[in-house]
Amino acid sequence: MSSNTARADLLNGLKDSVPIGLGYLSVSFGVGILAVNSGLSVLTAVIISMTNLTSAGQVAGIGVIAAGGGYFEMALAQLIINLRYALMSLSLSQKLDGKFTVLSRLAVSFGITDEIFAVASGKSGEVSKHYMAGLISLPFAAWTLGTLLGGCAGEILPDRLKDALGIAIYGMFIAIFVPAARKAVGVLAVVLLSAAISCALRYIPVFSGVSQGFSIIICAVIAAGFGAVCFPKAEEGGGGS
Amino acid sequence: MQTVIYIAIMAGVTYLIRMLPIMVFRRKIKSQVVQSFLYYVPYAVLGAMTIPAVFYSTGSMAASAAGFAAAFAAAFFGRSLITVALAASAAAYAVMLIF
Repeated sequence: MSSNTARADLLNGLKDSVPIGLGYLSVSFGVGILAVNSGLSVLTAVIISMTNLTSAGQVAGIGVIAAGGGYFEMALAQLIINLRYALMSLSLSQKLDGKFTVLSRLAVSFGITDEIFAVASGKSGEVSKHYMAGLISLPFAAWTLGTLLGGCAGEILPDRLKDALGIAIYGMFIAIFVPAARKAVGVLAVVLLSAAISCALRYIPVFSGVSQGFSIIICAVIAAGFGAVCFPKAEEGGGGS
Repeated sequence: MQTVIYIAIMAGVTYLIRMLPIMVFRRKIKSQVVQSFLYYVPYAVLGAMTIPAVFYSTGSMAASAAGFAAAFAAAFFGRSLITVALAASAAAYAVMLIF
């Protein structure tokens, strides 16, 4: 591959990643606010974003840290919540061109998110490492910057405004599952069941010992298992947003 | 120090999930049930993380409920992520200013 092709691929990746970057800037702003509202420092929030690059897993992880949960609970929560990336990683492994070294595979796998996977999958033919580098770097920078801005805003904004912005991250979640539930009855059933179990674990006194992290794990396994058995997907899916 | 361990676990587990399949496997998952399960996991996770937590996210149940209603309506009519999120915050803020 000539350096011209490499540069063109890199630029193409960067161009394709602009909408993802803009979205991440705003989502991670919400994550930063949430982290600071939960008592974490801005630095901790930024390091979490730089090392994790995922919204739901980070929100759950911040919850576990804030509640002083166990390490096993943290690991299991991350495993269940982020399990979908394994499927995406598997699917993406079939799409990489022959130029990928072990090192570039190790690097690219770090950048697998719902959105980056979706865009890479949507490209016709194989993708090069330069394209993937472009596709991942801008969203990574935006994710980090947004967390920093959100964390700082969380420290200086008046309480009321900070509280109001605290709901933003949930707004993002709602924006992902409501349209999907509208389109597919299976998703609707899974979301409703999961929400119902989540409420049961929270409000029924006998479950009061179940922590937030385990609650998400229980809901996810039961509801997604129910969906897989009762509403199996015909086509192979990447899932996620 | 404890925070460092938490972050190491988060980052380590999340990275392994992403890294292992791309390094190890070369064939597709054939089981429809497994594929369907993985497809539904994100929605199950988001449903459980949002409800009922969203109603406690602003410190005021009324403001949170208003934010949830606004987000739901905006999402139902297919607005973008950022629009839905801002609608939630704006509605919650409006209720806080009124009460």
